[in-house]
Amino acid sequence: MQDNLITVDRVSKSFTGAAGDELRVLDEITLELRAGEIVALLGRSGSGKSTLLRTIAGLISPTGGTVRYRGTELNGANPGTAMVFQSFALMPWLTVQDNVELGLAAQGVPVAQRRERALAAIDLIGLDGFESAYPKELSGGMRQRVGFARALVLEPDVLLMDEPFSALDVLTAENLRTELMSLWAGQKFPTKAVCIVTHNIEEAVLLADRVIVLGANPGHIRAEVTVDLDRPRDRKSPTFEALVDRLYDLLTGREADRHEPEPTVATPTARPLPAASVGGLAGLVEIVHARGGRVDLPDIAADLNFEIDDLLPLVDAATMLGFVEVEGGDLTLTTVGKDFTTADIQRSKQLFAEQARHRAPLVRTVCRALATSADGSLRAGFFLDLLRRGFSAADAQRQLDTAIDWARYGELFDYDTDTDRITADPAAGLVPETQLRSH
Amino acid sequence: MALLRTFPSREALKRPRQGVIDLAVLVGAAALLWVVVRLWHGITVPWDETTAPSTVSTDPAELPYYAARSLLRMFAALALSVVFTLVYATAAARLRRAEKVLLPVLDILQSVPILGFLSVTITGFIALFPGSELGLECASIFAIFTSQAWNMTFAFYQSLVSQPRDLDEASRLLRLSKWQRFWRVDVPSGMIPLVWNGMMSFGGGWFFLVASEALSVNNHSYALPGIGSYVATATANSELGRVLLAIGVMIVLVVGVNVVFWRPLTAWAERFRVEDSESAQAPRSLMLDLLRRSRIPRLLGRALGWLVAPLDRMMAVFGLAEHPLRTSPARRRVGDVIFAVVVLGSVAYGLTEMATFVVDTAGIAEVGHALLLGLATFGRVIVLVVVATAIWVPVGVWIGLNPKISRLAQPVVQVLASFPANFLFPLITGVLVATGISLDWGGILLMALGAQWYILFNVIAGASAIPNDLREAAANLRLPRKLWWRKLILPAIFASYVTGGITAAGGAWNASIVAEVVSYGPTTLTATGLGAYIAQATGSGDAARILIGVAVMSLYVVGLNRLFWRRLYALAERRFSL
Repeated sequence: MQDNLITVDRVSKSFTGAAGDELRVLDEITLELRAGEIVALLGRSGSGKSTLLRTIAGLISPTGGTVRYRGTELNGANPGTAMVFQSFALMPWLTVQDNVELGLAAQGVPVAQRRERALAAIDLIGLDGFESAYPKELSGGMRQRVGFARALVLEPDVLLMDEPFSALDVLTAENLRTELMSLWAGQKFPTKAVCIVTHNIEEAVLLADRVIVLGANPGHIRAEVTVDLDRPRDRKSPTFEALVDRLYDLLTGREADRHEPEPTVATPTARPLPAASVGGLAGLVEIVHARGGRVDLPDIAADLNFEIDDLLPLVDAATMLGFVEVEGGDLTLTTVGKDFTTADIQRSKQLFAEQARHRAPLVRTVCRALATSADGSLRAGFFLDLLRRGFSAADAQRQLDTAIDWARYGELFDYDTDTDRITADPAAGLVPETQLRSH
Repeated sequence: MALLRTFPSREALKRPRQGVIDLAVLVGAAALLWVVVRLWHGITVPWDETTAPSTVSTDPAELPYYAARSLLRMFAALALSVVFTLVYATAAARLRRAEKVLLPVLDILQSVPILGFLSVTITGFIALFPGSELGLECASIFAIFTSQAWNMTFAFYQSLVSQPRDLDEASRLLRLSKWQRFWRVDVPSGMIPLVWNGMMSFGGGWFFLVASEALSVNNHSYALPGIGSYVATATANSELGRVLLAIGVMIVLVVGVNVVFWRPLTAWAERFRVEDSESAQAPRSLMLDLLRRSRIPRLLGRALGWLVAPLDRMMAVFGLAEHPLRTSPARRRVGDVIFAVVVLGSVAYGLTEMATFVVDTAGIAEVGHALLLGLATFGRVIVLVVVATAIWVPVGVWIGLNPKISRLAQPVVQVLASFPANFLFPLITGVLVATGISLDWGGILLMALGAQWYILFNVIAGASAIPNDLREAAANLRLPRKLWWRKLILPAIFASYVTGGITAAGGAWNASIVAEVVSYGPTTLTATGLGAYIAQATGSGDAARILIGVAVMSLYVVGLNRLFWRRLYALAERRFSL
């Protein structure tokens, strides 16, 4: 019944890693964007949601499958779309007016008509009076309005948005979202459909008709949640809150149909270390303890003003180390977690070392390798080479950095920048005293 | 607040009347036009290779005309460099296969001593314009061009490949044509590196201007009317007073061009800064303020603005700035293979031709000889860098840490750095001749005249960038002098010092070609070294020896960069970045 604007048909995307291995980012994604709807792509970092949006925009080519716009397979930037960027992506050397006119100039629209249409778009988005300003002179919110005007003036079938509000402060973002939604609800909105990438769960429920939840490693569709609420939506309504809880559960919970090995037996590539600092995850465990050993994830996210991209790595790390357990959007403190957060600093370091050594796959692998080495010391490059089989060069480095950060705190091993070597800490007892490299 | 003000501010009332400014701009533009036309007449005078003068008049009254001719040469070379930069860098950044060839070529060109090639280019250009001075003129301009272009091209290429990803994506989604993409995105985003590198290269270009105006090539001496040949003639006639006069004029030229051209340009280029915040010390220029207040540039801009849309439409034939998403890997592979075979084949052919040429004429033993001479020049470069470091690092740190002094010293040092050192050669040579000091040692001083400033101003920049917190912390810890140097200052300026050192060493190698053979009046001094070897080969037109000399010098420069400076760079990045 609804007409189909963009069809994504079993799209996969993989990159060739540093070691020549295939790194999969998207796995067999199928979805449709139809006229009259707003679709949100929701996922945590690493779920490939931005990559998916860029495939839809025709900016990158899928490795497998096809993207079609009104039945025609893409072979270049998608002619039916315009994009709003997280970083605004305005040309700093052009005025607001010239920025908005740029796409029209590319279409060869005559100068007078160009001016007129640009002014109309500027007016629509509430930018009048700023026509001759340069982006530099505007606040973040005003700049993003220019981004919207530049996209809307082209009257694309589908408006693509890549986390358009996440670079703005909370109030400005809320203001812009509300205005955008009232434009959408009115009949003035010049596009037929909207596709927005977000990692903000509330934003997804607030804006979208359909939320597509993406899982990571590689990116795949985990669930599709239809939001059947009247606009404007009320954040405090029980149905809204129930939807938010459900999405939290989907993002943190384990997937029944996907096999994920336990941290105690997994390899470093099967269970990557979450990008969490020791201080951050210790702080989270402390908060859970302070609130009686059980907290609701959406609640603390709201209290701490954390985006899920900030919060979830901490939750993952604490879960991996066995300090907390997550179930249905709730965090529960474990006995080890309680000991860890109540003990004195030396004892909690010991506990951390014990947990990291057994439950953090990469830390465990490094410890074992050091134990079997001749003098308790190995080149860092050796581990990077191993990691590059499953990660891009940058990710491999990040993994090793996290492992070193954790191990330094737990006094398991240390890294020396000058020699580029990882050396077992004598106190950790990984290697017999006599074998240790003399310094 | 500013939006609400309805009465004219005090500044606006105090402002000189609009008409005066417009008049000044108009008169300035007309005068500039008249000078260029006059000079052009001078260039196209009939000229014959055999009767060509090998000296110019040293009448001080001619000096302004000579200075203008030299200046025109500099700007012609700059224009040429900009065009070359835009075309070459864009090709290297946008064409996947071309990049594989263009980049290494650029790398080689950057480290080849340009002065060694003058004889080849002069012969070529004279043949191109028979019976006109234009050939010689072009050879000189080309020499200056070769000293400017590579740096600028490299900087622009870097800005193209490091363009923010979202700007690239936005321009593709807006479906800009290749033409629009180039002028609305690529050129503006590369404007700041282009302008700054242009300014630095222009400063370096003076050296080559002086070196290329009066030349002995293929057993024949040429002199172009210009300030460089004026000094050469005055030196040959031992007219010290006139040399000093020319030095004064040169200083005026360097400073003048900075004030009326480069400062306005760098200040104007600030609008192309991509970062959100303005840089703390954005360059400002009175000249630019004047132009901005005048209505004439605006009227001119509006007139030219009408051309934009028709040009856009015309140039749309080049297609969209977009590449197809789907390509056949097999076809691509075949294309790559053919391309690689052709390129490698021609490189191999060129190398064997060169090798046989050298073996047939000068003989392979000559290479060993040149390598040995290279060691002598290398020794000079080492002494130069060590001594310059010992002197200028403490001075640079002292200047850099005193904001007041550094504000005064920065422009002076910049003038010193762009002042052509070979202009001062006669003075030093006179002293060497008088005292009888060997050029083997004196050559170091001559080479240092130009090269040392790079160390100084990089150290100043590094020292003034040391965060105040760190200095206060050091003061708070009451670090003794020695520790203060070892633990704070030296690590903090290390990266800038390495940049200065690599430039100074490269400049010294290049300068050796003009510094190892010098004359004053009837006396000619010659040092043992690779520079003298190349200079003599150029003078006698010995192509094989020029080739050997230039190749060996490139080998030294590239080898040292790879083995020594690059490692220091890597160390600086890893350990000492602030």
